[in-house]
Amino acid sequence: MAAVGKTHAARWTVVNVVVVLYALFPVWWIAALSFKDPSTLTDGDYIPRDWTWQNYRGIFATSEFTRALINSIGIALIATVIAVVLGTMAAYAVARLRFPGKRVLIGMSLLIAMFPPISLVSPLFNIERIIGIFDTWVGLIIPYMTFSLPLAIYTLSAFFREIPWDLEKAAKVDGATPAQAFRMVIVPLAAPGVFTTAILVFIFCWNDFLFAISLTSTESARTVPAAIAFFTGSSQFQQPTGSIAAAAVVITIPIIIFVLFFQRRIVAGLTSGAVKG
Amino acid sequence: MAEIILEGVTKRFPDGALAVKDVDLEIADGEFVILVGPSGCGKSTTLNMIAGLEDITEGTLRIGDRVVNDLAPKERDVAMVFQSYALYPHMNVGENMGFPLRLAKVDKATIDAKVAEAARILDLTEHLDRKPANLSGGQRQRVAMGRAIVRDPKAFLMDEPLSNLDAKLRVQMRTQISRLQRRLGTTTVYVTHDQTEAMTLGDRVVVMRQGLVQQIGTPAELYDSPRNIFVAGFIGSPAMNFLNATLEAGALRSPVGDLPLDDRTRRELERQNAPRQVILGLRPEAFEDAALAHDRDRTGPVFTTTVEVLESLGSDVYVYFTAEGGPATSAELEELATDSGMRDTGADASHIVARLDAATRAREGEPVRLQVDMAKAHVFDPGTGANLTHPLRAA
Amino acid sequence: MSMQAEPAGAPVPPEAEQTRQDTAALSVGARQERRLGWLLCAPAVVVMLAVTAYPIGYAVYLSLQRYDLRFPGQAKFVGLSNYGAVLTSPFWWDAFWVTLFITAVSVAIELVLGMCLALVMHRTIFTRGVVRTSVLIPYGIVTVVAAFSWQYAWTPDLGYLAGLLPAGDAPLTEQWPALWLIVLAEVWKTTPFMALLLLAGLALVPEETLRAAMVDGATPWQRFTRIMLPLMKPAILVALLFRTLDAFRIFDNIYILTAGAQGTGSVSILGYDNLFTSLNLGIGSAISVLIFICVGIIAFAFVKLFGAAAPGAEVKR
Repeated sequence: MAAVGKTHAARWTVVNVVVVLYALFPVWWIAALSFKDPSTLTDGDYIPRDWTWQNYRGIFATSEFTRALINSIGIALIATVIAVVLGTMAAYAVARLRFPGKRVLIGMSLLIAMFPPISLVSPLFNIERIIGIFDTWVGLIIPYMTFSLPLAIYTLSAFFREIPWDLEKAAKVDGATPAQAFRMVIVPLAAPGVFTTAILVFIFCWNDFLFAISLTSTESARTVPAAIAFFTGSSQFQQPTGSIAAAAVVITIPIIIFVLFFQRRIVAGLTSGAVKG
Repeated sequence: MAEIILEGVTKRFPDGALAVKDVDLEIADGEFVILVGPSGCGKSTTLNMIAGLEDITEGTLRIGDRVVNDLAPKERDVAMVFQSYALYPHMNVGENMGFPLRLAKVDKATIDAKVAEAARILDLTEHLDRKPANLSGGQRQRVAMGRAIVRDPKAFLMDEPLSNLDAKLRVQMRTQISRLQRRLGTTTVYVTHDQTEAMTLGDRVVVMRQGLVQQIGTPAELYDSPRNIFVAGFIGSPAMNFLNATLEAGALRSPVGDLPLDDRTRRELERQNAPRQVILGLRPEAFEDAALAHDRDRTGPVFTTTVEVLESLGSDVYVYFTAEGGPATSAELEELATDSGMRDTGADASHIVARLDAATRAREGEPVRLQVDMAKAHVFDPGTGANLTHPLRAA
Repeated sequence: MSMQAEPAGAPVPPEAEQTRQDTAALSVGARQERRLGWLLCAPAVVVMLAVTAYPIGYAVYLSLQRYDLRFPGQAKFVGLSNYGAVLTSPFWWDAFWVTLFITAVSVAIELVLGMCLALVMHRTIFTRGVVRTSVLIPYGIVTVVAAFSWQYAWTPDLGYLAGLLPAGDAPLTEQWPALWLIVLAEVWKTTPFMALLLLAGLALVPEETLRAAMVDGATPWQRFTRIMLPLMKPAILVALLFRTLDAFRIFDNIYILTAGAQGTGSVSILGYDNLFTSLNLGIGSAISVLIFICVGIIAFAFVKLFGAAAPGAEVKR
């Protein structure tokens, strides 16, 4: 029996290690690249022979990257806040209220979740140029929050539906005004869901590339994914590989932090929004 | 503490469905009243209207000396225990119980004292710091009770508070609720679909069906003199047996033989223009083993049947047999059958159960002679469902 | 929750009809509830309409124009001729087949791999947290970053994977190897998402049902095909629908890995090039609209042919 258990455990260990390697290897590879100096960059080693911060110093010395980082953070945060606020309102209505038109709202957000962004790029490009928000933060925030709204509405309404109705009733009978019931009972219970949704929306906005390269033309609103695609070497003969790798690692850090600390929540949010609907 | 008075209370939902119709009910101060009925009978809606969680479409509701129709739940000063317990998951036991007091801006010391007292009564003292998620079902139920009693409200409203507990715990908690209510003397309205709970807990029981009150009375009244076939079938376990019978020449021709009627019954049936075809209702204990009945000097019509199944409970023996003439049918009986799940188990209403003394010699597969106690027989009008013998027994 | 598809073509949900009839009978509370519902949804609806419905209409309008940003003064209505130009162009059809290839192959691989991954996550007896955490990395990582990692891995004289190939081989510069590498990058990045959706579906398979099947003598493979797969069908269809639509829009990976060179461009890449390299808004918009129509057809096919219910289609539980 013990022997069987041991081979069983061994088999699972192997499987788990394979899965972890599969998931982490490309990340490890680009991180290793970012710590190599130009002379060892091409050695193909998985672990840098001489660790160097040179690439990081290099990118943080240019406004091209720092400006893009500020843009990325600012745009993603603002879009997240707006999408979560609007999404919370709509999701509360979807989960808790009876009103005609609910299905229309759900259908519409579903359509948008499936919408090909490229189809919007050409009209948005033209509209934004006409009304003067092309190459500005606003010009990116608007499409980001729109495309993350369906995600926010689904995830949040799934969370809201899990808060038992009876609690609100109980609070009312216990002597709470509607405002008190909301503040003291609903908000504390909804907060984790709202927070999880905010993480998912932030990841979504942080990840975008198509809008970022289409609706910007200068450093003023270009986000990091777009900026690194335009990185050039510090001299004409040098490949920007090290800089790109370093920048890539920098924008991966927040993702790693989210995943490490909120793994459970992210899984719950992703699956509840998409499957339980 | 206060009395609760419902006058012509009606609830119509936005889609036009009538959930509760014209309920008149006076609940005295300190009384324990049960609302019972199958699901969808309007009992929970009635309770929610008393709590203020549901608007009253028509009629007036008084708690104490105030009409509270338009008051928010918060202003009615009632406490409610929910089927799901509705404990606030982010608060620990103490905070849950103290929440109503905190909302009422009671000072901290008083809250702590009252919570401690309630916890002591409910045996929750050592769990005060735990979150509801870490409690067992029975403990959660007690916390829900505690949240109700700390406030010392005008009334307790309980919506199936025990139906999420397992059978054994349910019986224990039933006794505890009953003891608690006597001790506190707080007016209590209790909703359940379980007639056993209704019979054991309530001072008075209100039987509802399809939004209408069927009968209000003490458990004994409902059991001994049900006003109609629905109440008769709903109250009592095992349920009353219903048989098709024909009124002929002052006797009932029934599958269990010709049963003579006494003069009073005959006159009453005549007075009420009883139809020829009636439904005869006999509770299991209306039968007795004729051999034993003779010893005890009882008289009554006797018939012979074959025992199909025999269940011995030690104190009593249940004997199942089949009556000729098929099962009695009426709309009310249909609903009862659906509600009790008889349809699902494939059980047949033509099976009759008799409760016999443990001393009986009846054996499975063998014939047995049974005597019918006509004093316990009920006669129903199949059309209206009314109990034609009700006036005799209600007296 | 219900994953059942709605009966074909039920235009008016019965409840909606009922509410309409009973407007007069609505109580004050219900009317307030309605108003609050509309009020809370209004901002989201306005934003979504303004940023998608209006622009897509505008894209249709642009696609009917000859509109070249290099010659902005010469904009003129040309009817469907942009569509004619696109649909008779080999560029469109090449991109279309490339996109279809990438979509079909990567989604198929993801389904199999995702199912394995889901089973591992569901069944693993220890370090479940570690496995789930690491699996979330590909999901969360910026696509561009992952694409660069793959690009460098396959670049001769730089990457570990290129080193495994014969010297002088540069897979990203040849059509078929490059296409397979694009599929690989896509599969790596999105399999975890697929796996998580399938994992949620797995959670819906009652353990007792599997035990019952075991007692009834089903082999592990039979339990998987006869019990788990049928019960998971709704989750699988939703995952497939989502991933298919997503894969059809592929852009980031191709842009970084090959920039669409050597016949590896997807329809999204083609649209982008027409807009921003050729600056031809008319043709670009026509491509945008065609992609929109393709996505619509895919979604429709899923819902009608396979009975996939969109998540949220049935909100009442």
